[in-house]
Amino acid sequence: MRERLLEAKGVAKHFGGVKALCDVSLSIQQGEIYGLIGPNGAGKTTFFNVLTGLYHPDGGELIFAGERLEASAPHKVAQRGIARTFQNIRLFANMSAMENVMVGRHVRTHAGVIGAVLHNRATCAEEAAIRARAEALLHYVGVADRANELAKNLSYGDQRRLEIARALATDPKLLALDEPAAGMNGTETAQLRVLIEGIRKDGVTVLLIEHDVKLVMGLCDRVAVLDYGAKICEDVPGVVQKDPRVIEAYLGGAVA
Amino acid sequence: MSLIENLRHSRRAAIVATLLLGVLLAVLPFLVGSGLGNSWLRILDFALIYIMLALGLNIVVGFAGLLDLGYIAFYAVGAYLYALLASPHFGLHLPVWLIIPAGAALSGLFGVLLGAPTLRLRGDYLAIVTLGFGEIVRIFLNNLNAPVNITNGPQGISGIDPLRLGAVSLAKPIDLLGLTIPSLHAYYYLFLGLALLIVFITIRLENSRIGRAWVAIREDEIAAKACGINTRNIKLLAFAMGASFGGVAGGLFAGFQAFVSPESFSLMESVMVLCMVVLGGMGNIPGVILGGVLLTILPEVFRHSAGPVQQALFGRVLLDPEALRMLLFGLALIVVMLYRPAGIWPSTTRRREFKGDASARATA
Repeated sequence: MRERLLEAKGVAKHFGGVKALCDVSLSIQQGEIYGLIGPNGAGKTTFFNVLTGLYHPDGGELIFAGERLEASAPHKVAQRGIARTFQNIRLFANMSAMENVMVGRHVRTHAGVIGAVLHNRATCAEEAAIRARAEALLHYVGVADRANELAKNLSYGDQRRLEIARALATDPKLLALDEPAAGMNGTETAQLRVLIEGIRKDGVTVLLIEHDVKLVMGLCDRVAVLDYGAKICEDVPGVVQKDPRVIEAYLGGAVA
Repeated sequence: MSLIENLRHSRRAAIVATLLLGVLLAVLPFLVGSGLGNSWLRILDFALIYIMLALGLNIVVGFAGLLDLGYIAFYAVGAYLYALLASPHFGLHLPVWLIIPAGAALSGLFGVLLGAPTLRLRGDYLAIVTLGFGEIVRIFLNNLNAPVNITNGPQGISGIDPLRLGAVSLAKPIDLLGLTIPSLHAYYYLFLGLALLIVFITIRLENSRIGRAWVAIREDEIAAKACGINTRNIKLLAFAMGASFGGVAGGLFAGFQAFVSPESFSLMESVMVLCMVVLGGMGNIPGVILGGVLLTILPEVFRHSAGPVQQALFGRVLLDPEALRMLLFGLALIVVMLYRPAGIWPSTTRRREFKGDASARATA
């Protein structure tokens, strides 16, 4: 059996009286593409926000690569090797595509004020490496020809892929994608699928929230289903699709 | 515009332009001094101080996007530190090379003191807190004369030592190889040197890992965090860097004026510096410099011309030039904001990037 990369143990989060996450436990293996699905408001994004340190969980814990994740410290989570994209794209709108990816290298580089001002050899080398890596990543996701364009001027699909490039720039072990195909047309979704498969092939584990059932079922090794903040099912796509609880969650129960 | 484009494309043209600019900056005090007189030379010196202030505030407001309405407090800290350590007030006369860096460091510390409690605030809320901070510092300076007289209260501190370079005082004409450099000229060169140093540091920072992190926080703080940026430290760094530039400018101001009082550090001054940044072109270094120059010089132009122009038009002075000056100044601000909302000289990134894209397509 492959190594366990992420393990969530009884994660809970409520907002006032609303239980957004309720005792959610799941584990993601090294190198798999793991899908997280569920109806709107099921708590998928909340789980992402807890995972990446934006929310402080009210219960449970997350173990990543054998060590506990510190709650509420997003930059430390990134440091540990979890990168994410956002459901409603959050790029640095007035920076170029290139600069967006270069910011992603922040967490793996070290130059401080003194290095920046003096331009010593280490800083120059680091800066060149940041640039080269950013360029390579833009190629990788296929927006290299828009490198100098401001992020806000990119097309929707390009923005989604740029966000993935920025996330990859942090050298993640786990890449968490929050509805990457939302708003994409068929061709773009197909390209995205190829991209995600490529990312997995390069050794990055992928956690995917997605509404596009075809994409999830075709892409993911395993899928977990959330409903009203609780995990109702976790298995390979074929089994999940036929699970009565999942069908009920999506389509509603039988009329009483 | 075409001139700037040409400069970008030709290395030789760039060198020539730099040399021309250098010569212009070198002879400027003599041109101004002989053409317009010493009062304008003083204004020129002040313009350089304001450029330093505006560049400092630009780091906080322009790069990191943190609206700071109390920036002048750091200027005050630098100025009072100089005043206390180099005046008869305490009988201390420490050398400039010690006080100015100490002023930068102390102001930087004050920057962190202001930044630390306001880390979660943005926009309007941050503006209100920083405004309060600026006022607190001014009121402290006003009242720290009892029970122990530290700041001499509203009377301020006078008789401050002039700036010195080694044994040479800049307050008297300097003889250099048979050439006599008047005091105001000497101050000009010192201020110019430091302003250029600050420009250099700002440019280097802008194009660095730190500069990108500042802009990233301005653009989207949550995304910046998710990219692994320690937003707390990077924001505090912006406050500290910006404040330290203000501290340097303050020290120079105290040595130049030989007098400081709390009056010089009112909210109006903070607003003026903020106007320089916003009007010139937030986040764009040449724009901010232009803003600093224009906003120092324009009010003086209005002050000097409002009287004579009225005299010529109506035969007598109808409105007090001092009142009219601020009226015209306000009008100028409104016009600029209406017609150039991004500032007089906004960042050229957009244009440059558009060009780069067009040429890339052409070669493809």
